[in-house]
Amino acid sequence: MTLFTCKNASFAYEGHVVVSGLDFTVERGDYLCIVGENGSGKSTLIKGLLKLLAPKEGSVELGEGLKPAEIGYLPQLTPVQKDFPASVFEVVVSGRLGSRGLLPFYTQADKALAEQQLALLGMEKLKRCCYRELSGGQQQRVLLARALTAMSEALLLDEPVSGLDPLVTQELYRVVSEINRERGVTIVMVSHDIRSAVHYASHILHLQNTQVFFGTSADYLQSPVGIDFLGGA
Amino acid sequence: MFDVLVGIFSYGFLVRALIVGLLVALCASLLGTSLVLKRYSMIGDGLSHVGFGTLALATALHAAPLAVSLPIVVLAAFLLLRISENSRIKGDAAIALISTTALAVGVLVISLTTGMNTDVTNYLFGSILTMNASDVWLSVVLAVIVLVLFVFCYHKLFAVTFDETFARATGVRPGFYNMLIALLTAVTIVLGMRMMGALLISSLIIFPPLTAMRLCKTFRSVTIASALISLACFFIGVVVSFVCSTPTGATVVIINVLAFCLFWLLALLRSRAPS
Repeated sequence: MTLFTCKNASFAYEGHVVVSGLDFTVERGDYLCIVGENGSGKSTLIKGLLKLLAPKEGSVELGEGLKPAEIGYLPQLTPVQKDFPASVFEVVVSGRLGSRGLLPFYTQADKALAEQQLALLGMEKLKRCCYRELSGGQQQRVLLARALTAMSEALLLDEPVSGLDPLVTQELYRVVSEINRERGVTIVMVSHDIRSAVHYASHILHLQNTQVFFGTSADYLQSPVGIDFLGGA
Repeated sequence: MFDVLVGIFSYGFLVRALIVGLLVALCASLLGTSLVLKRYSMIGDGLSHVGFGTLALATALHAAPLAVSLPIVVLAAFLLLRISENSRIKGDAAIALISTTALAVGVLVISLTTGMNTDVTNYLFGSILTMNASDVWLSVVLAVIVLVLFVFCYHKLFAVTFDETFARATGVRPGFYNMLIALLTAVTIVLGMRMMGALLISSLIIFPPLTAMRLCKTFRSVTIASALISLACFFIGVVVSFVCSTPTGATVVIINVLAFCLFWLLALLRSRAPS
């Protein structure tokens, strides 16, 4: 089943086109990595897939039964979060908000789901810890747990590894890859780390304010743009 | 101590001031938790300066202060939020622009009409004699709205404060909550300003959350502790100012400063102590 379909879509901020010519599909179970230089429109596209930004031209369609509010999303870190007084559990359970609607409180089921996701990421011991006292890698795992608590079947990650040391980065890639393989969760990830992207992802979307490549990782390695980008990286 | 309390409660204006002050302190500390964490603390400061300008205007027009201040400060809150969210002028600079403009307008209006007198000092540094029955009613209504918001939308407020982008992706509208918080802050400031002083009122928004954050590590405990600290500091401040005949606004601020230092010391001791 197709989860995301972009048909000749373009996105603009305040009339200024950031990225155009998007034509691709994401099937259930795919692991798509979006690569490209800074400012090439990667994060903009993620916002478009989440329906936070309407396309200027063309269309973005979500697969049947996939609601934007139920897509797991891991946004870029903001400075506000670095020293935010919140417990790990408070952050993770907030992933359930999208399914709460107008109900003001979390149910036992919501809390159980949050605990389950923490346990699956090996974080259950840190449940009561303060978010700001965790290491960068642990913070990202907490946000990953929050995204998993929110999602139905797709996970969108916006540069989850920026600012992490190489060891922690590889660990996070491994975890995401596991989620993709073992739980069949569809992954769309923005990444700077082209080598890891090609290694872990099934598909690659290369942006340069327009779509310059879309296909499988194996094809990308053979393509002129892939050879050029990998050689230059 | 008992005599002092009996003394306070025997004055009608002090009881009114205490009711309004405690409710304003409660609202300010709750709203402040979100504002401080979102790096919006300066909005409180900017609004209080706008408030000073509107008080001067109200005096010049011989109008009721509340009737003039409330709409203008609410409008300013709306404007400040808009500017700091999407404009080329950065938020802090925009706030400085608006607050100095309002101060200058206030000073001009005063010097062209009544001239610099005790009224002006009262606007700037507060007076406990100014609270009337309509202030009491408005503060009760405000406190009820703020408490309902914090009880029933607590989780949404957390999400909006912690991570706006994620909140938006899950279907919560951060713009709506930001606006609501800014509007309630405007009302809180207008209410508390004449008692605490236009230059001192923002302390009620900023100190309690910062004090709470020294020791508390979860959003829930920061919110609750901030409210309790704010209430305690205001009450102690009023009692001290009554006993020592000091200005109420400044006394409350000093008590808040002492509380902040105390919590900071405790946090220091706790981090040094072997766990």
